[in-house]
Amino acid sequence: MAYLEITGIEKSFGHNKVLKGIDFSLDKGQTVSIIGSSGSGKTTLLRCINFLEKPNLGTVKLDGSILFDGSQKKNIKEKIIRRNRLHFGLVFQSFNLFPQYTVLENVMLAPKLLFKDNPEKIKTLRGECEAIIENVGLIEKLNFYPSQLSGGQQQRVAIARALALDPEILCFDEPTSALDPELTGEVLRVIRDLRDKRITMIIVTHEMNFAREVSDKVIFMDDGRVVEQGSPEKLFTEPKTQRLKEFLGAML
Amino acid sequence: MIILVISVTSFAVCGQGQTKSTMKIINNSAKVAEDDSPTFVSVTVKLAEGFLRTLELFGLTLLFAIPLGLIFSLLSMTKGVKYIMRVFIWIIRGTPLMLQLIIIYYGPGLIVKWAERNEVSNFMIDFLGKLNSMGAMTFAVIAFVINYSCYFSEIFRGGIESIPQGQKEAGQVLGLTKSQIFFRITLIQVVKRIVPPMSNEIITLVKDTSLARIITVYEIIFLGQKFIKLNGIIWPLFYTGVFYLAFSGLLTLIFGFIEKKLDYIKC
Repeated sequence: MAYLEITGIEKSFGHNKVLKGIDFSLDKGQTVSIIGSSGSGKTTLLRCINFLEKPNLGTVKLDGSILFDGSQKKNIKEKIIRRNRLHFGLVFQSFNLFPQYTVLENVMLAPKLLFKDNPEKIKTLRGECEAIIENVGLIEKLNFYPSQLSGGQQQRVAIARALALDPEILCFDEPTSALDPELTGEVLRVIRDLRDKRITMIIVTHEMNFAREVSDKVIFMDDGRVVEQGSPEKLFTEPKTQRLKEFLGAML
Repeated sequence: MIILVISVTSFAVCGQGQTKSTMKIINNSAKVAEDDSPTFVSVTVKLAEGFLRTLELFGLTLLFAIPLGLIFSLLSMTKGVKYIMRVFIWIIRGTPLMLQLIIIYYGPGLIVKWAERNEVSNFMIDFLGKLNSMGAMTFAVIAFVINYSCYFSEIFRGGIESIPQGQKEAGQVLGLTKSQIFFRITLIQVVKRIVPPMSNEIITLVKDTSLARIITVYEIIFLGQKFIKLNGIIWPLFYTGVFYLAFSGLLTLIFGFIEKKLDYIKC
C-alpha cells in the first residue's frame, strides 16, 4: 500500500475549475516531482495537500489513515486541520521567512510552540535546530536576520524551518523560481541531500534536469489533470502524449 | 529637560511679548489686573497645572483608544459585523470631534431630563444619570477614546492588511494557531508599519486635547485664555504653545527611537 494516496482531488475558485480530479500515490522515502506549465494546477495541488486550500472533492490518505475527505469537509475542525498539517512541511517559492526573527529563531519558533508543555524536548530543541541549520550549511549565519541573507540562503533557512518539525512528507513549491540562476545550485544541493537521506518529498519544479536526476517518479500536469506519470527515464525519454512532448520540447 | 531648555530660551521672547500686549490692553481699555500682576513664574506654574490636565486626557485617551482601536480594526475585518463597524467609523470620522464632545457632554443630561418628564425609568436611564454626575474630564476621555479608536482602527486595519499572505501561510503550515500567528508573526510587522502614521495621529492628539475646553476641562489653553479675562494679558496664551512644542518634540524623539529600534525588521 502506498504511503501517501491522493484520490479524486477537485478544486474550484468560483467558476474556475483548477483541479479536475487528481490521483497519485507515493511510497515512503520516494521523491516525486510535479512538472507542467504555469496555470496547470501544480501549486494548487500542493496547497491542497498542505490544507492551505480545501479541496471540493477527493481524499488525502497518509499511511492508511484518511486525513481529508472532501465529502465531509464541512465537519472538519480547525484543530484537526492544524494537526494534520504537521504531517507535511511546505517550502514556499518566496521563502516567507519571518523578518523579525533570526535564522535560529525562525527555525525554532514552531517546535518551541508545539512542545511548550514538554520541558524535556525544549531542552534539547536548540541543539537539534542548530544541527538542522548546520545540515543546510548555514551554521555561521545562526544569528543573522533574513534580510541579511541571499535568496539562496533564505531558501535554505526555509527548508531548515520546515525540517525542524520533522514532517513525514516535505513539499516544495518551485523552490528555486525566485532565485538568481547562480543561487539555485545551493538550494538544489540541499534537496539532493534530503533525497539521499530518504526523506519523502513532493517537488513542484521547473528545473527539468533536476527533476529528472532526483525523482523516483515524475508527474506531468496539464489543465488541472495528471496527463502522464511514471519514472523520469520513461517520461523524459519517451513521452507518450503530444502535450508532454510539446512541453518538454519547449523546456529543454 | 527639553521642556526646561525651551522654556528658558523662550523666556526672553515672552518677556517682551508681555510688556507689549499688556501695554496694548491697558491703553485700549480700562481693564486692569484684579489681583497682583502675574509673573512669568506664576504663569508657568498655572499653565503647567493645565498642561498636566492636557497630559491626563492625552494619556487616558491613548491607554484606552489603542486596545479599543485594535478591537475595532479586527471587527471591521470580521464577516457579519464588518459593515456595522465601518458605518460607525464613518460617522465618527465624518463628524467634528468638537461636535462629538458636545453631544457626549450634554446628551446624557438631556436624556435623563426627558426620562424624568415622561416618568421612564430603567437601568439605562440610571446609568446615564450616574454618568451625568461625573466630571467634565470623564466625558472628554469618553469622546476622545471613541474618536481616536476609530482613527487608530483604520491605521491598524491598513497595517494588518498590508502583511503579505505568505507570512500567515508560513505560520499555518508550521501548525501555528490563529492567535499564535497573530501575536508571534504578524503583530510586530504591523507595529513596524504603523509607527509613522501612528506618530502622526498621536501628535495630532496632543493638540486636539485643547478642544476639551469647550466642555469646561481646565486644560492649558483654557487657563491661558483665562489670563486675558482676569488680567488682561495675552502672552500666557501664546506661551502655551511652548508646552505643546516641547511635548510634541519629546514624542517625535520617542517615535524616532522606536522606528530605529524596529529597523532590523525588513519586510
